[in-house]
Amino acid sequence: MRVRRLAAWAALPLAVTLGLTACGSGGGGGGADDSDAAVRIEIAEPQHLVPTNTNETSGSQVLSALFSPLVDYDEANKPHEVAADSVTTSDNKVWTIKLKPGYTFHNGEKVTADNYIDAWNYGAYAPNGQNSSYFFEKVAGYDDLQGENPKATTLSGLKKVDDLTFTVTLSEPYVDFKSMLGYTAFYPLPEAAFSAPGVLAESYEQAPIGQGPFKMKGSWQHDAKVEVERYDAFPGQQPKVGGVEFRIYQQPTAAYADVLSDNLDVIKTIPTENLSTAATDLGDRFQQSPASSLQVLAFPTFQEEFSKPEVRKAISMAIDRDEITKSIFKDSQQPARSFVSPVVAGYRENTIGTAGAFDPVKAKAEYEAAGGPKKIELSYNGDGGHKDWIDATCNQLKANLGVECVGTAEPKFADLLTKLKQKQSVGLFRMGWVMDYPSMENYLGPLYSTTGSSNYYGYSNPEFDKLLAEGARATTEDEAVKKYQAAEDLLAQDLPVIPLRYGQNNFGHSTKVKNVHVDLFDRVDLLKIERA
Amino acid sequence: MLRFILRRLLQMVLAFFGTTLIVYALMFAGQGDPIQALAGERPVTAAQRAYLTEKYHLDATGVGGFFYRYLDYLGGLVQGDLGESLTGRQISDILAAAWPVTVKLAVIAMAVTVIFGVTAGVIAAIRRSGVFDHATLVLTLLVLGIPTIVLAPLAQYFLGVRWPVFPPTAGAQPSFYALLLPGIVLGSLSLATALRLTRTSVTENLRADYVRTARSKGLRRRRIVGVHVLRNSLIPVVTFLGVELGNLMGGAIITEGVFNVPGVGFNLFRGIRTEDGPLVVGIVSVLVVVYLLSNLVVDVLYAVLDPRIRYE
Repeated sequence: MRVRRLAAWAALPLAVTLGLTACGSGGGGGGADDSDAAVRIEIAEPQHLVPTNTNETSGSQVLSALFSPLVDYDEANKPHEVAADSVTTSDNKVWTIKLKPGYTFHNGEKVTADNYIDAWNYGAYAPNGQNSSYFFEKVAGYDDLQGENPKATTLSGLKKVDDLTFTVTLSEPYVDFKSMLGYTAFYPLPEAAFSAPGVLAESYEQAPIGQGPFKMKGSWQHDAKVEVERYDAFPGQQPKVGGVEFRIYQQPTAAYADVLSDNLDVIKTIPTENLSTAATDLGDRFQQSPASSLQVLAFPTFQEEFSKPEVRKAISMAIDRDEITKSIFKDSQQPARSFVSPVVAGYRENTIGTAGAFDPVKAKAEYEAAGGPKKIELSYNGDGGHKDWIDATCNQLKANLGVECVGTAEPKFADLLTKLKQKQSVGLFRMGWVMDYPSMENYLGPLYSTTGSSNYYGYSNPEFDKLLAEGARATTEDEAVKKYQAAEDLLAQDLPVIPLRYGQNNFGHSTKVKNVHVDLFDRVDLLKIERA
Repeated sequence: MLRFILRRLLQMVLAFFGTTLIVYALMFAGQGDPIQALAGERPVTAAQRAYLTEKYHLDATGVGGFFYRYLDYLGGLVQGDLGESLTGRQISDILAAAWPVTVKLAVIAMAVTVIFGVTAGVIAAIRRSGVFDHATLVLTLLVLGIPTIVLAPLAQYFLGVRWPVFPPTAGAQPSFYALLLPGIVLGSLSLATALRLTRTSVTENLRADYVRTARSKGLRRRRIVGVHVLRNSLIPVVTFLGVELGNLMGGAIITEGVFNVPGVGFNLFRGIRTEDGPLVVGIVSVLVVVYLLSNLVVDVLYAVLDPRIRYE
């Protein structure tokens, strides 16, 4: 009996094959178009959807729909009030934030000063392990919330004045505090988010309740999508679309194929392998906008052979930035010749001057005069797709300086950092920086000040530190910018790193949408996007 | 038979511990600074460092620390707790959502393999050296020579974007139709192997004595091929398909990525890319079990196909 059944099973395929070949394939399904329908935007699976725990672009894209920030940035990248009515200060130390009346959370709760204070306290409290907690380090009392058993649970610098007003006292005056407020970490949380005071409800993250132009439609469908729909009671500028479906993709190439066939409306980052054909595939639906990232080659200035600025300058002159951005990056990035990105106020073109001008002859002469090392090593992390440009740079150094040059891949960036912390010889190494908030200070302080959190090159210049501190204390933003620019000029003389490239958003959209803008934080502007 | 299965199950327990140990070691022991690796390129604040150290028991260092963490993990695993990914989701939830999709995809791929591979193999063997035989030889060589990483995007571009016969990606809660193209791409690779295995095996059996006997008895040709030859020829094919089924259940990292199918391979790929150690180890541990089980099923199937094979 069993034998027969098996034979039947084996014979079945034959029959089915014949059957299948007779069937043709059907056409693709077409959907009805509705001008108020949701637009579909590509994201990767967010790591978290809690404002103070979200520091990658996918999560902050979703949160930008659900929340309205205190401030946003204008064309010149200066902050202006959105959910805040005013952000004022007299000494850059005590800031008074007045909220606009009329804002409500999607569950009906009124937005009050308490919602901000509770959310920020939660974010800063170390045992909560929030990824963006360092954004609150400038607020007075932050240190008391750190460590395993913190002394306090709330920031002493946050004080409620009335329902719509609160003050923030910083531990040091900081002129750019208003700029910081536009970041994801500074959104408020409704009372419903907490299961007990200071304890976030576990379910909150699955369907975050915000006070923004869109509210959640259902909950976060992991690995699949997050859907939001227009929140009609939103008092601010209403979006032009009825909703947004954030579709989760693992690989940008899949998203790109979907945009080509109008199955997806916006792809925020066109994969490098498709960049060369994107202009023909999409025509004017392929767009570029400046992004905040900056790629540099850094020197371990603590090492004898790279301690002379002349050596560093000669190496910078021997690199043909334009050629590399063009041939390796297909113009998806822009050559950089300053230490801050063009997306922040106070940016000036070409601050490194002659060090940024490609001049192989002069470079070689100066390199030899300064006694630069005969062998150069370029270290990079092998998991980030950096091999091509590192090799190209190495070849240029070989040809133009007459030195030996090798690119050395470390498995991960963390490994590179470990070696640097132990002051092991790694030669030059690559570094990238993405800003946290649009301010010159964010490009200078963490990277080059003596105690900077990402100063891995051992660079220390008391004059530079002094100028930064003066900038932070300055009374107006313009005055602060002047100080920061003076500090940048010092960097240009010392060249602890050589700026190579600015990032760019390379995005594309389908024929079904128009007015697509991608902002400085690599987020699609959801208030501007429209259905075509 | 029962003793055989029991013995195999016991061996499986050993194999399970061995493999999870290796995977766990590879994922966590090779990292210079695990906390920095968790945080990526961003600087880690002291507070975060303390939080992560406590959460992942990173306070104990060296070999002792490793076994401490491994045993802790294993303890949870035995109780059915696969642990949490670095983003705080239950790995069992992730798998519960991903598996049905992968199983659907695997079934389609398997059906494609069996239906087209085995059938074409039999035909090629019967009409050996004919046009069909030569054509399939060239075709299978071609398919075997193209890696999925090329085949999948090509199929997607031509059949999804250029001539939109199929949707280019599957996405969330994919329909059967959306999974058809990735299923065919996935199946086409094992299809080629299955076809050639079947062809060789059938050819050999066609010359066997029992076939001559059957023919001289006056049995119809269809019955000889369909019942006697096929059954005897299936043993190598079933071995191959069993291993392949284990492979398919593990999800196809490349195919699921290209067609955006939120299955097991999709999650495994994300785990590897974002260095989410717990997620990778969790998925791989479950995959080990799937492999072991599918191999056991294959071994048992031998006896069904060929009664001469006995298990002691």
